[in-house]
Amino acid sequence: MSVVELRGAVALLGRFPALAGIDLSVEAGETVLIQGPNGAGKTTLLRLCAGLLRPTAGDVVVLGHDLTTERRAVRRRVALLGHSTGLYGDLTVAENISFWARAAGLSGADAESRAATAAGLMGLDQRLLSRTVNVLSAGQRRRTSIAALAVRRPELWLLDEPHAGLDQAGRNAVDSLISEAVGAGATVLVSSHELERVRSLSPRVVTVAAGMVVADSSSGDSATEGDGEQGGGPGA
Amino acid sequence: MGSRGVGQVRELFTDARLVATRDLRIEARSRVLLNQVAPFALLVLVLFGFALDADQRTLRTFAPGLFWVTVLLAALLAVQRSASIEHADDAHTGLRLSGMAAASVFLGKAAAVFVQLIVLEILLTVGIVVLYGSEVDDPALLALTAVAAAVGVATTGTLYGALASGLGARETLLPILLLPVLAPVLIGATRSFDDALGAAAVDGWAWLGLLAVFGLVATVLGALAHGAMIED
Amino acid sequence: MADSTTSTGSPGSRLLGLTTLVGLAGLLLFAFVFTEPDVRLHPTTGEEFGQFDAVRLLYLHVPMAVLTYVAFLTCAVASAGYLLKRGAWWDVTAHASAEVGTVCCGLVLVTGSIWGRPVWNTWWEWGDVRLMTTLVLFLLFTGYLALRRTPAEPQRQARRAAIVALVAVVDIPLVNRSVEWWENRTLHQQSTLAELKIEDLTLFTLMLGFVVFGLVFAWLMLHRFRVGWLEHAQAGHEVALAIAERHAEMETLDVDAAIGQTGGGK
Repeated sequence: MSVVELRGAVALLGRFPALAGIDLSVEAGETVLIQGPNGAGKTTLLRLCAGLLRPTAGDVVVLGHDLTTERRAVRRRVALLGHSTGLYGDLTVAENISFWARAAGLSGADAESRAATAAGLMGLDQRLLSRTVNVLSAGQRRRTSIAALAVRRPELWLLDEPHAGLDQAGRNAVDSLISEAVGAGATVLVSSHELERVRSLSPRVVTVAAGMVVADSSSGDSATEGDGEQGGGPGA
Repeated sequence: MGSRGVGQVRELFTDARLVATRDLRIEARSRVLLNQVAPFALLVLVLFGFALDADQRTLRTFAPGLFWVTVLLAALLAVQRSASIEHADDAHTGLRLSGMAAASVFLGKAAAVFVQLIVLEILLTVGIVVLYGSEVDDPALLALTAVAAAVGVATTGTLYGALASGLGARETLLPILLLPVLAPVLIGATRSFDDALGAAAVDGWAWLGLLAVFGLVATVLGALAHGAMIED
Repeated sequence: MADSTTSTGSPGSRLLGLTTLVGLAGLLLFAFVFTEPDVRLHPTTGEEFGQFDAVRLLYLHVPMAVLTYVAFLTCAVASAGYLLKRGAWWDVTAHASAEVGTVCCGLVLVTGSIWGRPVWNTWWEWGDVRLMTTLVLFLLFTGYLALRRTPAEPQRQARRAAIVALVAVVDIPLVNRSVEWWENRTLHQQSTLAELKIEDLTLFTLMLGFVVFGLVFAWLMLHRFRVGWLEHAQAGHEVALAIAERHAEMETLDVDAAIGQTGGGK
């Protein structure tokens, strides 16, 4: 079953077509690396899959729901890690994670135990948990943000440059989070400039440029001549 | 269907409480209302005193109107602060993706603003008693008016705060959008206070009815409109 | 659409415009030549009293007041339509009627004030229900138009504007009620239509005013709607161009260099 199915999807930012007709099909349990130059549309692609944008043309089906009409249906089943952390600066790390657990519909003890597990996974120790987010470093915020998403155990992870701003331990934590999620049956789309790191996790590399998919290592062919050869080469 | 409906309503209020307690906890930590908005409101009362030549009889006559103008000005700040909590680090996107109903978010945020407005109104009541020499004739009417008006201001303010946030000129846009809508609240609460403070012979309870209707309409409309606004 | 249409005029709208102009000329004749000023003689003293020439504002003021409400109701209906159906047509209609309505509303306030000066001996009457309601209405829609002018993503903009319009329309009865209780006085009822001895010709001219300003209103709405629709079409056209541009971008783009594919391979 495909978890993500895009056919000719167009998404606008204002009047700018950030996605200019994109085709992509991702099966359940796959890990896909999205790569491409700045401004290629990677972030918009992930936001579109999360149901934050209305596609202006084409088909977007995520987890069996057509996102042209049922964007709300995929909420709670999808987690999007964007560029901003989405945290409340005046709350502590623990309070933030626990709030997002409860916001996702978890209750009481369930929320707290999952919050503790997620915090542990991202290497947030007791000392950090009781600090307010305002005093944290960028990397620590990023970890908190990822932990706050992990509590939901989403079926589809959309990670927009998850390694950015993290130290070595943080990057490793992200990697183990991805493998753990995939092990539990989730599907992961990662956009990253850390090509080598993600490639060790993901056999499939999709190259995006100018709002379209230009190469996909799984199909071996490419939309423009020449790129397929090079695009598929190092990943294979 | 029926039990599912009950479950949804319960979830609506559980989530609303979650949002409200979070906003109030943030306020308890950051003290924006207590350290900035409340002193601003008291300052406005003092400025009115300067502007009206510190004639205590004039001040006592106009105390109800000055009180509510001050509440509206301070409410603008409280509402802006409430909206900025969500927009400072893009948390509102997380809320959309959390699957929480938009109406819950709306009711929760409005409830938190409501609590803050009540605190503000208590401070300002002390303010007009001390500074303007107002006397409370009818405490029940005074309290109920303060509550009903705070509901109307908090709900309308929360809706418009969310509406103006994320727009370029939100600081200037919010007042011109919000204040005309609140005209009935200003008139109604002022007249009701006229009665409660013995400043003029009017039937304050009738005005309280109008405020209650406004509060009810604003709550329902706000909860519906908030969903239509953030879900596209 | 955007290529072929360069003007908001069409044979139909030109005919409407022409009819409107003829109607306006006719209305001017009736309002200033054929009808008499409002002069009455006091039954006992024989002194002249009444509104004199100021009564001629009736033919402008009253139709404008009615059209203001027509426009804002149209705006509310179109806004509700937009929230339910999400079609651009509704949004453009709402925007057009709000703009035309605000112009009418402003004219009602200005002509009312000019009329009030000789007749009520005041430019402004605090507490007059209709006056205050109209003023708040004007302020509400000034805010609406200000919101419309802030740059934002079009669909988001349309949604927010629709909510503001609906809130404004729901607010109006409450404003009206509160002002009515507030001062419980109005100069309007006693002093205009009821008190005037409306003769046949006056009544006819007023009706003509309704028709002619109704035509002006329709003409303005038509053109404002078409401007909005052209803007909408133009936006769609620009998007299509931008998509084509992005496809063309592909031809020249060196993806591998940008992502460091060849250099950073091993």
